[in-house]
Parts: sequence; structure tokens; C-alpha cells
Amino acid sequence: MDRPATLSKDAHVELLRKMLLGRRFEERCAEMYALQKIGGFCHLAIGQEAVSVGAMSTLEPDDYIFCSYRDHVHAIVKGSDPGRVMAELFGRDTGLSHGKGGSMHLFDADHGMLGGHAIVGAHIPLATGVAFAAKYESRPQVVLCFFGEAAVNIGAFHESLNMAALWKLPCIYIVENNRYGMGTSIERASAIYDVAQRACAYDMASETVDGMDVLAVRESVSRAVTLARRESKPTLIEARCYRFMGHSMSDPVHGHYRTKEEVEEQKLKDPVRRYFQQLSSQGIIDQAGLEQLNAEVRTIVDTAVEFADASPEPPASALYEDVYSEPYGPYTRSQP
Amino acid sequence: MPLITYRDALNQALREEMQRDPKVFLLGEEVGVYQGAYKVSRGLLQEFGDRRVIDTPITEEGFTGVGIGAAMVGLRPVIEMMTWNFSMLAMDQIINSAAKMLYMSGGQFRIPIVLRGPGGAAHQLAAQHSQSLESWYAHVPGLKVVAPSTPYDAKGLLKAAIRDDDPVIFFEGETLYGSKGEVPDGDYVVPIGVADVKREGTDVTIVAWSKMVSVALKAADTLAAEGISCEIIDPRTLRPLDQAPIIASVQKTNRCVVVEEGWEYSGIGAQLACLIHRDAFGDLDAPVTRVTGADVPMPYAKNLEHLATPSPARVVEAVKHVLYMD
Ligand SMILES: Cc1ncc(C[n+]2csc(CCOP(=O)(O)OP(=O)(O)O)c2C)c(N)n1
Ligand SMILES: [Mg+2]
Repeated sequence: MDRPATLSKDAHVELLRKMLLGRRFEERCAEMYALQKIGGFCHLAIGQEAVSVGAMSTLEPDDYIFCSYRDHVHAIVKGSDPGRVMAELFGRDTGLSHGKGGSMHLFDADHGMLGGHAIVGAHIPLATGVAFAAKYESRPQVVLCFFGEAAVNIGAFHESLNMAALWKLPCIYIVENNRYGMGTSIERASAIYDVAQRACAYDMASETVDGMDVLAVRESVSRAVTLARRESKPTLIEARCYRFMGHSMSDPVHGHYRTKEEVEEQKLKDPVRRYFQQLSSQGIIDQAGLEQLNAEVRTIVDTAVEFADASPEPPASALYEDVYSEPYGPYTRSQP
Repeated sequence: MPLITYRDALNQALREEMQRDPKVFLLGEEVGVYQGAYKVSRGLLQEFGDRRVIDTPITEEGFTGVGIGAAMVGLRPVIEMMTWNFSMLAMDQIINSAAKMLYMSGGQFRIPIVLRGPGGAAHQLAAQHSQSLESWYAHVPGLKVVAPSTPYDAKGLLKAAIRDDDPVIFFEGETLYGSKGEVPDGDYVVPIGVADVKREGTDVTIVAWSKMVSVALKAADTLAAEGISCEIIDPRTLRPLDQAPIIASVQKTNRCVVVEEGWEYSGIGAQLACLIHRDAFGDLDAPVTRVTGADVPMPYAKNLEHLATPSPARVVEAVKHVLYMD
């Protein structure tokens, strides 16, 4: 089995720094939502950072990712500027999508971030298509496609996995199994508990991994990336994780569908704390080092919020821009 | 100019565009080995190989999404819907992904895709295989909707659609594939968003597209024998709509009949009537009148199917109605 190259001390610290940046960024999102700086639906991935950070640590810069609406950490980890992400959440012109996408639609062409998509499972065929294009043009790129465990019950998932296996496409499907789709537990939604087993139907490689363990995720995805790059074959990876917050900012942390005790118990496995403890027991970082990292990422988040807050709203003229590649013509406008 | 079928005109457009641009590929059910359910892709697998002519499983949402994804990173897919009836399975991808991607990414991701296939009723295919969905797609900002009526327009518009940087919904007429017309060999383009006058006249304007152009032409022949002169305008593109020639024609004739194969309710004809009302209200001598498919699922029985479909006789009736001759 291929194992990822052993990480240097610096690389370990960098992984921890990314997880911390994601965590502190989203804690600030929650505050900004409460202050009504952010509107609409806003889904946080607090508790799930090990999946995106571990998975993307295996990529080359020109590889691609797709994800669901729970996409802030993914964008930042893929390389997007946190200020432009926050500005997008604020609905400002300097945002990644010039304020037209919002929290659920972060796109960054320069960093291979092919979107936050808000129809459950609908980006799975799109990711499959990007893998198709990479193969069509004999480019060595791979695509990571992240989605929740509830998305595996939708037709688009099955249609995509079938084509990816049939046509041997370099696409890696990563299920962020946080046990719930809104308030419906996987036991109440899926006839089969082991999501990874769904790959059997398509004769596809699969793995189940502890999604609260960043290094385990990295190892698992790394094997899949190797298979995709060397043999152009897809893999389905089920990363078992947990979301510490409500489904979106408009939901309470547990509500009727899970208990406070369950959430508290899961928080004991906090992937950020767990990784820090692992690294500190190996002498890679100590408490002072952690505090320094935290200070660093807090500065980044502060700067992002300041940038977003100081940014202008999109001009009214932007309303009719980018409906089509060419100017939106009078022929499509029926107002006098 | 060579006289060829609508089917072969489309085939030429596909072949020439695939020769011109290696990023163009054709993907859909039965497009390769079977040579196309309606033989539009005849010979393409042999010429371009299975890298560029790709047979898919029956998986409309899936392969439409694959095409859109490939378009996001710069390929120019042509996706064949075996017929547009099956496109409802891909509706989410077409509307939520293709039509909105450019806008919701703030201009970062263009979707240069063509979704093409036959639409409209054929002969006794019954409810699920006989429908005109133009108005469904024309409703959506971000999509372009094209529906050529002649072999010449079919070739030129398909080339324009393939070269266009936005998603184009391309309706072919299921019963037009065998119809013949003059088509030049080699390259030419009919621009998207430009209407064409199919017959000049002075008394009444008839707006019709796709198969309904031939229905309108037949009606116009009958009416000409009675001394009534019809002008027939084929918008060719339903979104973006070339409004000016329609308005100019109505300003000349002061009367308009819209012939639409699809259902009346919320149809394209309603949009046209509204536009004419807005821009040529003072010129109208009669209300804009519509001849449309009956407001029912398509029946199987031949006689009922005929009753449900716009016919030259019904167009003649409508023209006489706006001339107050009934
Ligand atoms: C097709 C579709 N149906 C319903 C919804 C509403 N919805 C949004 S998120 C969600 C739950 C999805 O859960 P999961 O896929 O596990 O992802 P998670 O939110 O847990 O990350 C639902 C039902 C939607 N966006 N799309
Ligand atoms: Mg979930």
C-alpha cells in the first residue's frame, strides 16, 4: 500500500494551523451571523475540519475540488483568500463571487475550487465531468468531491459512481459522514449503515476512515489519489465525523434529533485538540506554540472581517452582469 | 446548393465542428455504435473514435452533469437527449447547474454546452413521448433556446450553438429530420438571436418556429388563393428573442397570429403577445391570437392526436378571425 511521505515537523504544524484557521474562521462566521452581517443559510463545519484539511493535504495545486454548501473551510484550505471568503459571506463586491453566491456558493477558479453547491448531491455528476475532462485531455489532475452522507441516497450519486467506474475517471468521492442530514440520522435514512459498502455496487475501491483523525484521512485519501493518478480509477471514501453545531446557523446545536449528551461526548474527540495532543506528545509543538498559532490565525480572521466590512456592496449595475458571457441584451429584458 | 435533409445538415454541423475544435465531443445514449436514435450522429464514431463520441448508460441527470462539469473546465460538450421528453430527469442539472453557474460564481465559470435532441410530437407516440418543452427552458435566465425549422438554419444554428460560451438548449423537430432544403457545403453560421422572415406578406403576421413554420406556410398558401397575404416570421431563437422584426412586421400588418406546438398556458405565445402589446399596441387592429397544442396530455388515437395539434386549417381560421372574416 502506498503511504503518504512522512510529514516533516513543519508540515504537521501546517496541518494544525489550517485546522485552527478553519475553526477560528467559522467561529467568527457564527458571530457575524448573529450580528446579521451574514445572511441566508450558513452551514458551519466545526468539528469536521479533519476531513477537508486531511484530504486536501494530498493534492497538487492544480487539482480540483467540489463540495456542498458547507464550504467555507474547504475554500480556505484549497487556497482562497479568507478575506474574499468573508466578503462573499457579507455579500460584498470583493467576495469570491462578487457577492452573488453567498455562503453556499463559494467558487475560486484560480485555486481549483469548483464550488459550493446547494442542491444535495447535484455536484457529484459535475465533479465526475471534471474528472472526465482531465482524462479527455490527458491531464494528470484528480478531483475530490465532498458531500454529506445524506447525499448518497440521491440518484445523482449512483449515476455518477456508475459512470466513474465504467469509464475509469480520476474522481475521489469523499463522504463527510457526520451522521445526520439536517435532523435525520443515517439509520433513519439509509438501508445500509456502512456507506463505503455502496461502492460494491459499482465495483469501485472504497475505504472507511476515522474522519476525526486528520492523519488517517490524509493516508486514506492519499491512497485514492495515487490510484486516480496512476490508474485513473475512482474511490469512495467514507469519513466518519461529527458536526458540533446545528445543521445551519438557524438551527440549535441539538434540537429534537440528538441529545446534548451525544454532542458533548463527541466533542471529547475534537479533531483539532486531538491532533494538537498527538503532536505535543511527539514533541512537535507545545502549548506556547499552539497559542502562537492561534494568535496568527486570529489575526488572519480579524483582517478578513475588517476587509469584508470595509468592502462595498456590488453596484446595482451588477444585477444583469454574468447572466450570459456576453452583455445581457435588451432582447432578454422585457421591462419597458 | 446541395439539397440535403435536416438530419444530414445537423450531422454536417457536428462533423465540421468536431474537426475544427478538439474540445468538442458528443455524448449521449446510442450516439456511437447505434449511430444515433435518429441517426443524426451517423458516421461520427467511425471518424472520431470513442474518445469523442461517447455512448452513455441511461442516466440523463448523470450525463448532463458530466457535460456541465466538463464545460466548467473548458471542454465544449454536445449532449444528445434521445428526445427532450427525457430531459426532465436532467432538469435540475440544466437549471440549477448550467444556467446559474456563471452568475453564482460571479463570472468565473462559463458553461459552453449544447444540449440537443428532438422535441415536439411525432406520430401517435402518446402522452409521454409527445411534447414541446420550449417554454419550460425559455423561462430560465442563463439559458439560450434555439429551434430551427429548416436544414439551412439547423446547420448554421448548431454551429453557432457549439461556438457559444453559454448553455444552449437546441430543439430539433422530430418530424423534420427527413425534410429537405438547400444547405451549402462547408462552414457558415446562423447567429443565435436573429429571426428570419420565411415569407413576406402584408395582411397578417404569423410567428412560428420549428415544425410550425411548415404548418404556417401551408396555411399561407391556402390563404393566398383567397387573396390574403401572410408574412411568416421564424424567430429561430426563442431566448434571446429577436423582437424588432416581429414588431416591425406587426406595425406593417396590424395583425398577428402565433402558432405554437406546445401548450397554450404560460406558453411562448403568451410572452410574444405581451411584447406586441407593449411595443405595437397602437398598431393592432385585432387582439393577438394563438393557435397552440390542446391543453391536454397528447392522446394516442390518430383522430384525437390530430385534434390536439395545430394544423394549417386552424391557422387559416385564426388568420380569418384577426381579419374579422369569420
Ligand atoms: C435535493 C435537495 N433536497 C433537500 C435539500 C434541503 N437540505 C439541505 S442540506 C440537507 C441535509 C443534507 O445532509 P448531508 O448530505 O448529510 O450533509 P450535511 O448537511 O450533514 O453536511 C437538506 C435536506 C437540498 N438542499 N437539496
Ligand atoms: Mg450529514
